[in-house]
Amino acid sequence: MSDSQPIIRVRGLGKHYGPHAVVQGVSFDLMAGETLVLLGPSGCGKTTLLKTLNRLVEPDSGTVEVQGQDVRAQRPEELRRGIGYVIQQVGLLPHLTVSENVAVVPKLLGHPATKVAARTEALLTRLHLPPARYANQYPRKLSGGQQQRVGLARALAADPPIVLLDEPFGALDPITRADIRREFRELDELRLKTVVLVTHDVTEAFELADRIMLLDSGQVQQLGTPRELLFQPANDFVRRFFEAERLTLQLRTLTLDDLLKDLAESPGHVSIPYSQSKESIITSNATVQEALKLLSTPSATPHLSSVLWIQPVASEAAQATNRATDGSEIIIEEALIPVTLPALMAAFGLAVQRLQRP
Amino acid sequence: MNTLQELLAFWQLQAGKLGQQTVQHIGLTAASLLLGVAVGVPLGLLLTRRPRLAPWVLGAAGVLQTIPSIALLGFLIPAMGIGPVPAIFALFLYALLPIVRNTVTGIRGVDAGVVEAARGLGFTDGQLLRRVELPLALPVLLAGIRTAAVINVGVATLAAYVAAGGLGEFIFGGIALNNPVMILAGAIPAAALALVFDAALGGVQRLAGRKRRSVGFGLLLVLPLLATLYLLPRATGRLQAGFSPEFVGRADGLPGLTHTYGLRRLPSVVLAPALVYEAARNANVDVIDGYSTDGRIKAYNLQVLHDDRRVFPPYYAAPVVRPGLLSAHPELRAVFGKLAGQLSDSVMTELNYHVDYLHEEPKTVALNFLRRRGLWREPRPLPAGAATVKLGSKIFAEQYILAEMYAGLIRGYTDLDVQTKTGLGGTTICFEALRSGAIDMYPEYTGTGLLVLLQPAPSVVDSLGGDAGAVLRYVRAGFQRRYNLEWLAPLGFNNTYALLMRRQQAAQLGIASISDLGAYLRQ
Repeated sequence: MSDSQPIIRVRGLGKHYGPHAVVQGVSFDLMAGETLVLLGPSGCGKTTLLKTLNRLVEPDSGTVEVQGQDVRAQRPEELRRGIGYVIQQVGLLPHLTVSENVAVVPKLLGHPATKVAARTEALLTRLHLPPARYANQYPRKLSGGQQQRVGLARALAADPPIVLLDEPFGALDPITRADIRREFRELDELRLKTVVLVTHDVTEAFELADRIMLLDSGQVQQLGTPRELLFQPANDFVRRFFEAERLTLQLRTLTLDDLLKDLAESPGHVSIPYSQSKESIITSNATVQEALKLLSTPSATPHLSSVLWIQPVASEAAQATNRATDGSEIIIEEALIPVTLPALMAAFGLAVQRLQRP
Repeated sequence: MNTLQELLAFWQLQAGKLGQQTVQHIGLTAASLLLGVAVGVPLGLLLTRRPRLAPWVLGAAGVLQTIPSIALLGFLIPAMGIGPVPAIFALFLYALLPIVRNTVTGIRGVDAGVVEAARGLGFTDGQLLRRVELPLALPVLLAGIRTAAVINVGVATLAAYVAAGGLGEFIFGGIALNNPVMILAGAIPAAALALVFDAALGGVQRLAGRKRRSVGFGLLLVLPLLATLYLLPRATGRLQAGFSPEFVGRADGLPGLTHTYGLRRLPSVVLAPALVYEAARNANVDVIDGYSTDGRIKAYNLQVLHDDRRVFPPYYAAPVVRPGLLSAHPELRAVFGKLAGQLSDSVMTELNYHVDYLHEEPKTVALNFLRRRGLWREPRPLPAGAATVKLGSKIFAEQYILAEMYAGLIRGYTDLDVQTKTGLGGTTICFEALRSGAIDMYPEYTGTGLLVLLQPAPSVVDSLGGDAGAVLRYVRAGFQRRYNLEWLAPLGFNNTYALLMRRQQAAQLGIASISDLGAYLRQ
């Protein structure tokens, strides 16, 4: 990647509908591979802002550059064909089959048919829609979650470097939404892409974002990592916006690395049966929530002194070479840090106090 | 059961005509539908792009839809004449509203999410229209075309009134002749055609998406083919005739004429009685039927072809009076007799022309005539207690003029008072008024007296032939015996069916009689 230059550059963007300013003075840079979440209450201008990126909305002032080129210098259709686009209503073409829907943009771009077919098949498979069963279905036969997967496949079909998503999970029930979000996060295709996602769901934003832009009344309230928004809110609006879910967000955002300082125990050498290593060893870049989940999983011998071993990420490489499987047991020679449930909670409390200090 | 047999017999007899009319009917419907789609769909699309125009255009199309079809054809005739052009144009106007409205509804009904997604994926406006909006709006659009098709099959029957053919020829002929079998002979195939169009388009509508699209667009290719059916070579001849429906169906009309004069190779179209004169004037047709004293013969410079073999029954006008009137006032017989033989066909035509086309008062025209003939005298002062003569007339110009002439004569030559009861609806009303004494006299035509009032057996009518004197003698005797009413001496003119041509053309071709016409056609 030819980095250092932002893939999307927005400067002084403004949009009015009548006397009403929907977007005011928005500027930001987005680096390739980054996931930016536009977050805010209804009517804050986040969807309008998103649509200026592919010229579905023409701004009144300011500039948008995509891959170093002003979007106004390109024909809108050509710009859009190079940017994936997913909306809440999905908008699958009801008269085309699933595979035809996925193939729409590559066809508009004139890709060869065999290549398009192979790409479609691969994408459907990756999105858990076996082509044998789904390729020739019409969209109305699919569930909401399936439709949104097809929508995602369609946005990715031409392998655009940028994908825009407008509340893509908004119309789904909570369970389906969580499932699809997980798939979405784990999709290799998307990891490499620059993603701009609009949502009003705070949890979703924290789960998916590299950076979050919190908007209100068309103005940027804060742009930063989830941790910055949570622990260094720029103003009262930002503080209040996360108030209701603060604890959940903290548990999700802080990693065990953040807590190492506050854990009393020092690293030691232990031996753990290989069969148990999965449940009892956790890397230090895991979130507090994940550690908490492992410690509070019901087990055969529930005990407050049940121990979870934290493996500092820094030593991962060294430790891997030392790991020898001779069948029943492994001796872990590296330093693992033991932590119990009370110790974890205490350290979490201390860390939050420390980080929130202005 | 009887009707059914008659109907089948009629169809068998007229199979050629039935086929031709059906083909014309399909052609008219398809041509107008094609125009409707060609104009209506783009117009509808324009309205979805310029929503501000929509209420105006849809409103205008709605107003067009409310104009009664016969009136719409009437409006179009001055601009477009007669024939297929005004017929197809009128049908096209009727097809417009359902097609435009359904196009707008169909496009507006496309899910906004689908349109936004398609736009966001990089469809151009044209691609969006062709690949997304039109295919998705197609079911609604087809429903509009289907509605238009059924409307047009129905309205196309009226095309017969403007000489555009179609199944209306049978229907209106049947109505004119009060012949239910003939009406059914046209109405049943028309209804069947409507059902076929409806079912075919309904079938297209029900097809699954992809097939529907291909068939739907295929339909647009079929319509022009159907429309060209209309242009199939029709019988042509050296002259073209245009006849009113009644004339085509009546035994003493075209069938008798064809039989007696051997009028072969005279292709004819059928059109509304009110339009035949216009059609002849505008040279849409060359030979028409009409009434021999109609004012338009003069107005449009037409010529009556002499009925040298007397196919048309004589319709000589003569006053019919109550005998009581003449016995009470014997001087009236002489007064009524002053007009006997005074009015030739051309003179009566001229007088009708003054009233019908120059819009002069019947009374003025009547008195001017009397003056010219030296028959006019100043009305005499009425003595006290003078008796009143009640004159009647039917409700058309010729009868008004005659009644005014008689009134003028009575005022000038007798001491009697005159009351005119003009505008009595029709033959039967005048006749009953005379019998009951509500009027004392009205002018009647010998043919009408024979065929409408006395109604003798066909053999009697045949035996009289076209002999004017024989008919007059028969009705005079019949009225005397049966009703005790008296026919006085005829006025001279014969207001009967006639074949008419443009004077100039007739002179050019050397045609003065129907025999000449037959000979010319046989050359």
